[in-house]
Amino acid sequence: MTMTTRSDVPERTNVGATVVLEQLRRRFGATQALDGFSITLAPGELVALLGPSGCGKTTALRVLAGFETIDSGRVLLDGVDQTRIPAQKRDMGMVFQSYSLFPNMTARDNVAFGLRMRKVAAARRSERASELLELVGLEGQADKYPHQMSGGQQQRVALARALAIEPRVLLLDEPLSALDAKVRVQLREQIRVLQTRLKITTLFVTHDQEEALSMADRVCVMRAGRIEQIDTPSVLYAAPATPFVAEFVGTMNRIPGTISDGRVSLLGTTVDVRTPAGAADQHRATGTPVDVLVRPEGLQVTAQPGGHGIVMTTTFLGSVTRLGVLLDEDVMVYVDQPNSAVQVPVGSAAEVTLTERDVMVADRTSPALSSASDSGVSEPAPTQQQKASS
Amino acid sequence: MVTVVEFDAIFPQEQPLRRPAITDRLRGVAWWRGVVLVLTGVFFLVPIYAAFRFAIGTVTGGLSDSAFTSIPHQQGFGDAFSLSARLALVTTIITLGLMVPTTVFVHLRFPGLRRVFDGITIIPIVIPPVVLIVGVLQVMPTFLKSTPYLLALEYSVLAMPFVYRSLDAGLRAIDLKTLVEASRSLGGRWASTLWRVVVPNLRTGLLSATVLTVALVLGEYTMASLDSYQTVPVWIVFFDSQNAHVSVAVSLVALMGTWVILLLISSFDLRRIRRSTLLRKDTTA
Repeated sequence: MTMTTRSDVPERTNVGATVVLEQLRRRFGATQALDGFSITLAPGELVALLGPSGCGKTTALRVLAGFETIDSGRVLLDGVDQTRIPAQKRDMGMVFQSYSLFPNMTARDNVAFGLRMRKVAAARRSERASELLELVGLEGQADKYPHQMSGGQQQRVALARALAIEPRVLLLDEPLSALDAKVRVQLREQIRVLQTRLKITTLFVTHDQEEALSMADRVCVMRAGRIEQIDTPSVLYAAPATPFVAEFVGTMNRIPGTISDGRVSLLGTTVDVRTPAGAADQHRATGTPVDVLVRPEGLQVTAQPGGHGIVMTTTFLGSVTRLGVLLDEDVMVYVDQPNSAVQVPVGSAAEVTLTERDVMVADRTSPALSSASDSGVSEPAPTQQQKASS
Repeated sequence: MVTVVEFDAIFPQEQPLRRPAITDRLRGVAWWRGVVLVLTGVFFLVPIYAAFRFAIGTVTGGLSDSAFTSIPHQQGFGDAFSLSARLALVTTIITLGLMVPTTVFVHLRFPGLRRVFDGITIIPIVIPPVVLIVGVLQVMPTFLKSTPYLLALEYSVLAMPFVYRSLDAGLRAIDLKTLVEASRSLGGRWASTLWRVVVPNLRTGLLSATVLTVALVLGEYTMASLDSYQTVPVWIVFFDSQNAHVSVAVSLVALMGTWVILLLISSFDLRRIRRSTLLRKDTTA
């Protein structure tokens, strides 16, 4: 794949539009898809809507595109109400999750389609389509039909097609989800480079947290039609506002603990309870069982005969190695160890300790079967050697 | 205290699956498939052969192609063929003009109503044509009763089940919603979306619908006869009493014509399937 570098992409002087979605409500039967959803996108900003299936992120995007009606609320573009304006008049480029190229047209005709609808002269259409195809590194594929191109190429043509009309807002509806991992990473970098240079306000829907965190200026975590938190990726990861966000973004361990004089006891130590900024201080009585939320890098593991855990899995993740440790009461936790640290082999007894001074707690929701929650990383099954070594 | 965990209990050993060889599976079914194929072939081909043998037979027991070569010169055939051809054209235009937007609309906006439409479009098959024509003649205004194009309206109703199913199958084969939304997001109005995006990707369905409509018009007898218009089928029955050999020859030519068109459509569809296979290979590569 030919990657477009920052210097290849022409700068655009006019920036994207300001988008305001105000108190959107939409109900489908018994499901409240959007429940007072409000968000503002600054010109040229890329915001990712992240959340589990059914949280309303695609509905919000489709409302902005004009494909979905709302029960109440407003959609504003540069202060102008777009709520009643049909999709074809909104000037928004969209890249869809499924391959959406018109099968009866070549790549060039696909890219030129929007210009044709705008009655642009044939010569100018062709010229502009060639420019856009060059921008996405597909200048040699202009005369190919969609069925002659790979999935990644098709999505790049779809991106070029969306950009050809110089949209005021770019809408990306999980455009990478149908692609294989390598192409996905390449294409997301390319989309980000193009979006930054062209300064198009972009709303990006994804259920892949890695995509959202790596591409977006701000990430909006949604749940049941509402916003749980909207922040920069680093703040979202380091200071989640709610236990839901904490568990949804990145890998998070749930370790049983007990409240003790406003603090929490776990793993043989007692630490402060962290209250997220803006959240009400929630007092819990001493002795209340809670789940403590700790990231893998907030724990440390050391080999110790007679320790309270046993190392079950090890997964090499590049800069760190992730150990899966089974604690008392069948609690599985994941611990990230620097590769330079002394490695604890699978099957060894070990002691897990907390390295953080304050932690986030959540109500105990499940019996002592909880384990690390992670929507992005899966733990591999142990090898025969690992099993044997236990 | 450390809980002892059995690894095999957590990660049970996967059992390899055995898939029967293709030859094993084919061996079991090949023989009866062959029998069914031969029986079906005999069932269809024997009457056609008998008709052909009759058409080329002479009273003296010899063989002659005069029944076929004389078709264009038979009295009334040209008019009947011309009427049938015009009716086929008008019926196709009316049927597709009504059914394409309707079927697309149902697929896009009311996919839950597809079953209801299935039921509605079957009605012309359930009700005998003779009943339909009696009803039509009762309610139609005089100016329509006096033109043969009344038949085109009646045939549109008769063709509805076949056309709907052809279009329905064609629309199911494409991601209609995404294509329409992509077109609209790029500024396409409904008419341009239908004409430039939907119709070109519905070619196979449209061809099937057209062929079935044309075949129906060329073969329909009851309505044309009761309306007193001499279409090709009516002419064949009428001419049968004068020259049965020519009458049978015309039937055979009509049959072969329809068959050739169906073959063309099948080969067109085959190319589309090959293209889809290529696409799958490309995208997984």
